[in-house]
Parts: sequence; C-alpha cells; structure tokens
Amino acid sequence: MNWHAIKAIYRTEMARMMRTVVQSIVAPVLSTSLYFVIFGAAIGSRITEIDGVSYGAFIVPGLIMLSIMTESISNSSFAIYFPKFSGTIFELLSAPISYIEVVLGYVGAAATKSVIIGGIILTTASFFVDINIVHPFLMFLFLILISVSFSLFGFILGVWADGWEKLTIVPILVIMPLTFLGGTFYSISMLPQTWQTVSLFNPIVYLISGFRWSFYENADVAVGLSLSMVILFLAACLGVVWWIFKTGYRLRA
Amino acid sequence: MQPVISIRELTKTYAGGFEALKAVDLDINKGEIFGLLGPNGAGKTTLINIVCGIVTKTSGSVTVNGYDNVTDFRQTRSRIGLVPQELPTETFETPYNVCRFSRGLFGKPPNPDHIEKVLKSISLWNKKDEKILMLSGGMKRRVLIAKALAHEPEILFLDEPTAGVDVELRQDMWNVIQSLRETGVTVILTTHYIEEAEQLADRVGVINHGEVIVVEEKTKLMRELGKKELVLHLAEPIDTLPVGLGDYRLELGADGSELTYHYDTKGEHTGITALLGALHEAGIRFNDLHTSQSSLEEIFVGLVKKGA
Ligand SMILES: Nc1ncnc2c1ncn2[C@@H]1O[C@H](COP(=O)(O)OP(=O)(O)O)[C@@H](O)[C@H]1O
Ligand SMILES: [Mg+2]
Repeated sequence: MNWHAIKAIYRTEMARMMRTVVQSIVAPVLSTSLYFVIFGAAIGSRITEIDGVSYGAFIVPGLIMLSIMTESISNSSFAIYFPKFSGTIFELLSAPISYIEVVLGYVGAAATKSVIIGGIILTTASFFVDINIVHPFLMFLFLILISVSFSLFGFILGVWADGWEKLTIVPILVIMPLTFLGGTFYSISMLPQTWQTVSLFNPIVYLISGFRWSFYENADVAVGLSLSMVILFLAACLGVVWWIFKTGYRLRA
Repeated sequence: MQPVISIRELTKTYAGGFEALKAVDLDINKGEIFGLLGPNGAGKTTLINIVCGIVTKTSGSVTVNGYDNVTDFRQTRSRIGLVPQELPTETFETPYNVCRFSRGLFGKPPNPDHIEKVLKSISLWNKKDEKILMLSGGMKRRVLIAKALAHEPEILFLDEPTAGVDVELRQDMWNVIQSLRETGVTVILTTHYIEEAEQLADRVGVINHGEVIVVEEKTKLMRELGKKELVLHLAEPIDTLPVGLGDYRLELGADGSELTYHYDTKGEHTGITALLGALHEAGIRFNDLHTSQSSLEEIFVGLVKKGA
C-alpha cells in the first residue's frame, strides 16, 4: 500500500476544494435556507406534521441527503474527469498505485467534503427548526456510507464520461429525479398505493428512509433493509471501480 | 551486464486495429543514455507508454530491474520517471505543489530539499509559487521535467524532450541529463531530432513502423553504417571530369573547383590511393583536402528509407 500516494491525492483534492471554499460552503447554506423558506414555510403551513414530526424537521434528513448525493457525485466525477480531459491523468496511470490508493485519495476527499457539507446543512437547519437526533451514531454511519458510495459512483461517472454533457446529464437526469421522487419532501406513505409500490424500485427511497429513521425513528422501509441497500450499493460501486482499474477501461489505451 | 529494462516480443494493437508495435525486442543497460530514434508515428510514444503503464500491451513482456511491469507494477513504476511528449499540466496548481504531489504519488516521503534542488536545476525555483496556468510553454515543460525527477527515479524517460524548445531550456535539460548520468540514472530519450541523439546518447535504437530496425552503440553505428567522404579542393576549376576518373563516382561541385569522393571505411579497400594516382595521371592538382563522416541523420534517413 502506497500511503504517501493516498496522502498526496487526498491533500491535493482537499486543497482544490478549499480554493472554492466560498462556493462549497455558501451554496449549501443558501440552498438549504431557500428550501426552508419555500417548502418549510409554504408547504409547511398546509402540512403541519408527518408521523408526529413537524414538516420543517421532517425534510431535514432529505435535504442533507439531496446535497451530499449531488456534492459527492459532482466532486469526485470532476476530480477524475478533469485529469482525463487535460491529460494529467498520465501521472496517475504511471504511478505505483492501484485502485485502492486512488479510491482512498479521491473518493476519501470527496466524501470528506460531503460529510462536512452535511454538517453545515444540519447546522443551518437547526436555526430554522428543532432537530433532535435519536440515533446519532447510526445517522453518522449513514452519512459516511452514503457519501462514500456516491463519491464512488461519481468516480465511475467521471471515468465513463467522454464529454462534459455526460458528466452533467447523469446527475440531472437520473439522480435528481430519483432523489426528489425518493421521499426527500414527503413520506412514501402519503402516496397512492400504486405509486408506493413503484417507489420501492427507487433505491434512493431506502437511503433517505434509513437516514430519516436515525433522526426520528420513522421510516418508509425497515432500517435494516435501508442499511443493507446502502452497503449493497457501496459494494457494487467498489466492484466497478476495481474492474475499471483492472481492465484500464476508458483510462488506458 | 544485466539490462535494467528488458523488452521481449512486445506488440501493441490499438483498439481501432492499428498495429503500432510489432514484436519489439530491446534491452536498456543500466546507467546509459539511450536514444530511441524514429519518424513520427513510428511507435516511440507507444513503447514508452507501455513500459510506464499508461498503455496496455497486447502481448510480450517488459521487465524493469527483473520485475514484470504488469504483475509487479509497484516495483517497476516507482523506479521510473516520465516526461511526456505533450504538455499536460495542472492549471491552478503551482510548480512546487505539483512536484510535492508527484513525489508522494510515487511513494516517496516528503523531502523539501530534494524538490528545491530539482526546481533549481531546471531554473524553476523563482517561479515555484506561480500558477502553472500563467507559465509559458517552455516553463510548463520545465515543470514536467521537475515532476518526473521529484521522486528520484532510477530510470528517466524523455519523450521528444526538445520538440519546440528554446536553446536555453535545451541547455538546462542537457545539463540535467549529464548530471543524472553521473549519479547512475538511466535515461531513455525519444526524438526525431537526430542531433540530440548524436550529442547525448551512448546507444541508439532506430524504430520505424513499429519495428526496431537497429540497436547499436552510437559511435559504432556511425562508423559502421556511416559513409565517409573525401573533398578535394582543386587548384584550377574543371568543366568536366576526365574520362579516366569515370569509375570513381566523383561529384563535381562548387563551380568545378571541388571534387567529392564517397567511400566506405568498412570496405576492403577505400580506393583512395588509386583515386589519388588517377588524379595525378589526369593532371588534376589540388591545394587542399578534407574528409568527413556522415552524420547520424544521414544514417537514419538511409535506414528509414530502406525499411519503408
Ligand atoms: N490511442 C491510440 N489509438 C489508436 N492509434 C494510436 C493511438 N495512439 C497512437 N496511435 C497510432 O500508433 C502509431 C504510433 O504512434 P506513436 O507511438 O505516438 O508514435 P511516435 O511517438 O513514434 O510518433 C501512430 O500511427 C498513431 O496514429
Ligand atoms: Mg511520440
């Protein structure tokens, strides 16, 4: 294991993010506040409570998920796509590192940033509503596992994408709809039966549900199932990254 | 001597079906400066990139210090530094930071003294904290050289290092190469500027259409494949060659005041004595003469033409 390489990648990636610190911190604070104003105030005045939780507090886990998923994907996909695009990837390919170092470095940095952003959103939200977290340890575990999985997913996306359009289209066309339809702003149980069934095919439902359970102990699906889904997704992404480096897919001619 | 790099029956067929390397065999000796010469598209970059791990081989084997470059890639890659042909550089980083990054990436613990030494040797020290984006093309190449040296490689690949490079940088680069050689670093440079190989390389390999045509010590190559020529400056210009000299394939130049005779040092007899006798008989006097050996360039052009 090449620890110096992991440190070098992680440090450089964190520094890159720090250069855009304003946009990485201000953006989530601003968007969270906006969500609260729009959803919390406008909708919250009509839906007061869901399963005994005030609507404002109910949407907090979903908002955090929404941000860390999109942030994880965009950070790590960009981190690997840009060197590919500019040609600096030659150095990674010629370095004595395997997928382990690359994943720990790039994905580790992207996930770190996501976790930090999750914390920022949680703090921002606490200015608007009362939040009590019933299972803080589980909450943190979900936060980390989901940040890591989606950073891995973003990494795969960045390797796969051969143009800027593809890089942006997947988050917009796939992840955003699935997240919005995944119960960020509502409970699945509020939907008609057919749509409840359809929703169960949306993997993000499981993530948001499990994460919300760690806050308020109310969930659309059993928390054990949620955790299993997260781990399954994580394992699948790891498998794909391992395969990418084994075969050199879209990295080595 | 045990070669530091051993390439055996290496082939590469790119995804499109193009056969860029056809069973290449090549040994690089420890501590030598090896010049890989070949016209554009010959397969030089492909060969280097396979050794470094950037391109996957189709078949054959590459070993570095006895380690296979695929199964033992950590052993082989940590020993190698590469200055690529293109100039891909990080834009928002500084030369100092990218060097520190490269060193770490190749598994070496931090060493600010070494990075300072490298940056100074390539005249980048005073630019170490500027954004690479703001540097000129020549400076970017310096950054790439510094990056390649940041992890103290035992083997350095320079892919077309002087393509489009100013005199000053070329000089810096040659100085760096010389001092690396003194510390026992093996240097492999590809070029289609023969002058470079001629000045720097100990051995030269010529590659064309994905095949290594010849590998030889530079001096030997020049001696063996090189033609020599004898130029005679005539005392009085002549219009045409006297009939008796027809067998010598002489060239009459410089308004009839210069005669050039080509001969082969390897040949049984050079024919010089006979020629001089014939000239004397024909009554042609000369007041000066000199001989010269053909440059590597002429040899190279000859070889590549023959192979085409
Ligand atoms: N990624 C690639 N895909 C397909 N063909 C390639 C690729 N890279 C290089 N080639 C082809 O392989 C041949 C050798 O290229 P290269 O090794 O770059 O030559 P050189 O460095 O000697 O100029 C060229 O004909 C080039 O077009
Ligand atoms: Mg080339």
